[in-house]
Amino acid sequence: MDHPVPLLSVESLGVEFRTRSGTVHALEEISFSVGKGETIGVVGESGSGKSVLFYAVLGILDPAGRITGGRAVFGGLDLVRASPSELEAIRGREAAMIFQNPRVALNPIRKVGHQIEDVLARHTSTPSAALRQRAIEALASVRIPDPERRYDAYPFELSGGLCQRIMIAIALACSPSLLVADEPTTGLDVTTQAAVMDLISELAHKRKMATVLITHDLGLAAEHCDRIVVMHAGHVVETAPTADLFAHPRHPYTARLIATTPHGTSDLRSLAAIPGYLPDLRRGDLPACRFSERCDRFEAACTERPLARLDAGQPHSVACRRPL
Amino acid sequence: MSAGSTLPTAAPPVPASGVAASLRHVRYVLAENPVTAGAFALFGVFLVLALFGPWIAPFDPLATSPDKVLQPPSATHWFGTDQLGRDILSRVIVATGLDFGMAFAAVLLSFGLGCALGSCAGYYGGWIDRMVSRLADTIMAFPLFVLAMAIVAALGNSVENIIYATAIINLPFYIRVARAEVNVRRNAGFVEAARLSGNSEARILAFHLFPNILPPVMVQISLNIGWAILNAAGLSFIGLGVRPPQPEWGIMVAEGASYMISGEWWVSFFPGLVLMLAVFCFNLLGDGLRDMIDPRRRT
Amino acid sequence: MLRLIGRRLLAAIPNVIGIVVVTFILTRALPGDPAAFYAGPAATQEAVEQVRAKLGLDQPLWKQFVDYVGDLARGDLGLSISTGQQVLDEILRRLPASLELTLLGLVVACAIALPLGILASTRPGSWIDHACRLVTTLGVSLPIFFTGLLLAYVFYYLLGIAPPPVGRLDSMYSPPPHFTGFYLVDSLVAGDVGLFLAAGKQMILPVLTLAIFVLAPIARMTRAAMLGVLSSDFVRTARASGLSSSTVLYRYAFRNAMLPVVTTMGMVFSFMLGSNVVIEKVFAWPGIGSFAVDALVQSDYAPVQGFVLVMAMLFVAINLMIDILYTAIDPRVSIDD
Repeated sequence: MDHPVPLLSVESLGVEFRTRSGTVHALEEISFSVGKGETIGVVGESGSGKSVLFYAVLGILDPAGRITGGRAVFGGLDLVRASPSELEAIRGREAAMIFQNPRVALNPIRKVGHQIEDVLARHTSTPSAALRQRAIEALASVRIPDPERRYDAYPFELSGGLCQRIMIAIALACSPSLLVADEPTTGLDVTTQAAVMDLISELAHKRKMATVLITHDLGLAAEHCDRIVVMHAGHVVETAPTADLFAHPRHPYTARLIATTPHGTSDLRSLAAIPGYLPDLRRGDLPACRFSERCDRFEAACTERPLARLDAGQPHSVACRRPL
Repeated sequence: MSAGSTLPTAAPPVPASGVAASLRHVRYVLAENPVTAGAFALFGVFLVLALFGPWIAPFDPLATSPDKVLQPPSATHWFGTDQLGRDILSRVIVATGLDFGMAFAAVLLSFGLGCALGSCAGYYGGWIDRMVSRLADTIMAFPLFVLAMAIVAALGNSVENIIYATAIINLPFYIRVARAEVNVRRNAGFVEAARLSGNSEARILAFHLFPNILPPVMVQISLNIGWAILNAAGLSFIGLGVRPPQPEWGIMVAEGASYMISGEWWVSFFPGLVLMLAVFCFNLLGDGLRDMIDPRRRT
Repeated sequence: MLRLIGRRLLAAIPNVIGIVVVTFILTRALPGDPAAFYAGPAATQEAVEQVRAKLGLDQPLWKQFVDYVGDLARGDLGLSISTGQQVLDEILRRLPASLELTLLGLVVACAIALPLGILASTRPGSWIDHACRLVTTLGVSLPIFFTGLLLAYVFYYLLGIAPPPVGRLDSMYSPPPHFTGFYLVDSLVAGDVGLFLAAGKQMILPVLTLAIFVLAPIARMTRAAMLGVLSSDFVRTARASGLSSSTVLYRYAFRNAMLPVVTTMGMVFSFMLGSNVVIEKVFAWPGIGSFAVDALVQSDYAPVQGFVLVMAMLFVAINLMIDILYTAIDPRVSIDD
């Protein structure tokens, strides 16, 4: 694989949250990249910081969160140092994000057509007379039947699957070059999950749009992604092309994940096989390797800083002193 | 997903015993929240004034002295004297008992009656529920202060009737809280268990369900007392209930009203200020109590 | 929409019935014997009986109730003993004064409370948040008659900015020709700017007093609702689509936050209509509240009963309007209900 300039390149990103009960060291030393048109999966348990990572990159962290350092270069601009208005101009136009539980992720008292128009009016120079037509086209492009009628619908009148399509239509209205899909199938019926994933894959392929799939479902990531980034407790523990990761996992955590996902289909949330819990990220004495307390290959050096990095920059890299 | 709420946390230390733990919790909350602690202290002061006012007051609150009319605050008369030469500080102190008494009595009445009606409505449902809810709705259909005025006007101009009127307009709040709390628990596991072990319905209601509605009702009470004081004082201000020579904050403000715009501000100012402090104190206590009982509902 | 309004109207009927029953009970619970009261202290036993028959008080209770409802239906609220006037006429004549005060107070309160609540919610923990907390707790603790007097003392006696608290107009002006009964409107209709300013000046203190009292619950609710909405999923979606922060704040967050605020407006109006009575007394305002208080002091009960009835009906109408307004903002209601 050659290494052209990636679309998004995150280096040493750190994020912490100030809470009443102390500072949460949510993300530390996060590095990875997304190439143009590439689909990557970001996989980890809930609480591993995978959503927070992209909130930070896109500048939509909630007020308690703060980026402590690092860079996130997207299309030549460092998003960490960008002004709020620069970020606003990029969000929804160059980089868009969709979320889980689509029925509550849309404005409940605004017609869905108007919600699409809001984005078009914000980022494009579409004349206002043409907005309605463009919004209906956006609805049609995500294969919503009878888009003229759906234009006037409110989210509560639509099914979860349709709401997710509408959120995709909002995200893709301005043809971004990066789509971040945060657990897009959570909260949907099993039957509509596959349809939504297929739609995302198809649109990404057709528009040559890079896609980040955030999921706790390793099987789902295996099915749709070129490359997978594995996260644990606010660290990236392993990055590898999908086939490589499944064939030769190097981090003990990844290996456990794959071992407990027999056919690449089971849900990480139902896992009981990995002992222990995520460490309390408010602790002041977090070991360098945050998996060390759950790891059976643990040795004293694992807790010492700096965090080990093997083959950084290579297609298959791992953060472990004693990789498999 | 926000990191604060979903990140797993270390197991909290196991509480030693119920009472000790809740005492420790109260102390922790007070230390965390000095405003609530201050409100508690102020409440203590008011309580002392209410109970021992007549002994604390430096002068006889009813003694007039024609030679000392409308004197501004001084070393002898800290709050000045009124149009009859009475010491305002003494009157304000002695009035505490009456104002608190009216408010407490009213809130106690609406608490008792409201909880009884509300619990029955929530527990038995059916026509009892419909009757009680209709009663609450009908009271709420009036602007509450106006209804209180009408009740005092109809029943007669006396302190007791001010208490009844204030109790009646507070009734719906207690009915609704009690009804809702009992209703969600009427088929809970512990109620079923009590039923199976042969408790009568009334007994279940009184001993198993009633204790559960106390925490939210306590918050309601502390927020309500402030409001009840305002209400009783407001009724006295417009000339209902308390009769003139008797010291009461509302009527004292009313007596001084005309002097306010001719410059003798202290006649109205001090009773008004103390009234405001008392209400403020109870509102702070109510907020603090709510934080203590349910930290999630902080606003 | 029309059907919905119709349904809301039907739902208000039990409340109206409840109000009529309660006012009837209050009428019959007059202290002492109403007949003896109306007949006057010097009346003979016979005269009292005559008055009793004339008032229908010798009839069975149900008959009295039917008569009472009949009187109400004809708009007959009885005579005021002290003025000898029909109570309804007097109330209708004084109503605009009270309404003008109440509505302006509400507008001023909202103009302060909404921005305050929004600012506090967008900057939690900042000085403006603490200021909002203080204002909301202090605001509900202030006895409204005390605030009024304090404002009059400071702005009239000490600073001399405000006019004396002597009602709707200084005695050197005469009221504008009657059109709406709102002096601010009527003076403009008459093209009299001087009169408009004079009426406006008289309103400043009472309106401010009322506004200080009700802005607390509005600001508190706005802040809480905005905090809830700002952390909701759909606001995150809006932010993720790069909508400008003002669009997110107003078109997305604020409109949704208005829903719970609108529902608390009923309570706010309950406070306002009640405090009118007190404010009108403080500022010698010739509205229906001061009419009722004056009548109360003179033991003239018909105006008091009429006042209570009119206030309650007004309140029912306001709640109805709030319901309809809510329905207009929230598309979900029309389907669910």
